Amino acid sequence: MDRPFGLLAELTYRCPLSCAYCSNPVGLASYGDELTTAEWQRVLVEARELGVLQLHLSGGEPLLRRDLAELAATARELGMYSNLVTSAIGFSRRRAEELRAAGVDHVQVSVQADEAAASDRIAGLPSFARKVEACRLVTELGWPLTLNVVLHRQNIDRVGAVLDLAEELGADRIELANTQYYGWAWRNRDALLPSREQLDAAEPVVAAARERLAGRMDVIYVLPDYYSRYPKPCMAGWAARQLTVAPNGDVLPCPAAQVLPLPRASVRAESLAQIWESSPLFESFRGTDWMRDPCRSCDRRETDFGGCRCQAFLLTGDAAATDPVCHLSPDHGIVEDAVRAANAGPVELTLVPRPHGRREGTA
Amino acid sequence: MITMLTAASRPALARHVRLTFDAGRDRHVLLSPETVAVLNATSADILRLCDGRRTVGEIVAELRDRYDGVAEADVHAFLQRMAARHCVETVDG
Repeated sequence: MDRPFGLLAELTYRCPLSCAYCSNPVGLASYGDELTTAEWQRVLVEARELGVLQLHLSGGEPLLRRDLAELAATARELGMYSNLVTSAIGFSRRRAEELRAAGVDHVQVSVQADEAAASDRIAGLPSFARKVEACRLVTELGWPLTLNVVLHRQNIDRVGAVLDLAEELGADRIELANTQYYGWAWRNRDALLPSREQLDAAEPVVAAARERLAGRMDVIYVLPDYYSRYPKPCMAGWAARQLTVAPNGDVLPCPAAQVLPLPRASVRAESLAQIWESSPLFESFRGTDWMRDPCRSCDRRETDFGGCRCQAFLLTGDAAATDPVCHLSPDHGIVEDAVRAANAGPVELTLVPRPHGRREGTA
Repeated sequence: MITMLTAASRPALARHVRLTFDAGRDRHVLLSPETVAVLNATSADILRLCDGRRTVGEIVAELRDRYDGVAEADVHAFLQRMAARHCVETVDG
């Protein structure tokens, strides 16, 4: 059996922002009973024993956990590489220096657009100026900086200016990831899915920037899979390289997998190794034996692993179906319908904001 | 622009990568923001010599003290690939 390399630690689903493209679960209220510091530290120790070398400290907004530096220090003692994935709200100089000293290796800051009005509108909070300030602090303290920008119908036309911003901030990497439709993004899909015309306009801008910035800044561009011929190789194979622990201790093969109709697995009931090796949630789609046609006999079954189980479930109600993004899927019409609607003229752009979430026992 | 390495370049690991030993896998690994590269013994040996002080020429010489048949071109090509992936930076001198 493969051993995992990466752990996505979703420390809390509380967040000061309310981005409608958020992939956190729609049922945020079930995650308020957050793991304690000691429980997270046990998770980190067990993850390292299982083979994990890379830790993503994420959320929600991980800075809302007061024990963040303590957890980062545990990760460093264990020899893990840690990434802080943050909105930058709460990233004060004092906090930043504390995290630097604790051993956080790399910081990823999200921005929602290239300038305040558009970014703040999507974030639902005046936050752009603080984010820019935080980026400067990250580089000043000698951290590598990644700028994370989720792209969608309402900001993809600004991608050139977003790249200029990243360059001006001295980012080492920029991740331009088209929205993936899980959680709140799934609920808001029709208002977020870009048109083909928008994508066609964005691609040469990204390609030109990538060439211009080669050697100075890595430009990662994640295409929207609804427009792809084949599905994405989700998680590089189910339960093969990564795992996610949700704020309440639920363990998942990918951060969207809480929607699947399989029994929960929790670090509060079992060890991480037991869950990785034998829980139905991890075992059900490991390898290729679970596949039906067209995947089972497809040459690409070890390339894209049938695509995304969660997307298959969300779109068809069957988690073992071929990802409908694939043009070979019998359910591909579902994706074609969504794409057609995104290209048929004006689209209703009203977004349902993601709520801020709360911790159990707090006001 | 990707830096072109010469025998006089002094390669160092980029500040955002960390070389470490994974006892569970019994291999050296190179950790960076989004990837974990599991290294073979030779690659690990080369990267451990990339300290920003040794030149590529000196690294090749040290490897030759340890191993037979070290091809300078192979070491160059490996370091060039690592530089292209921003894992290695160079100080020319």
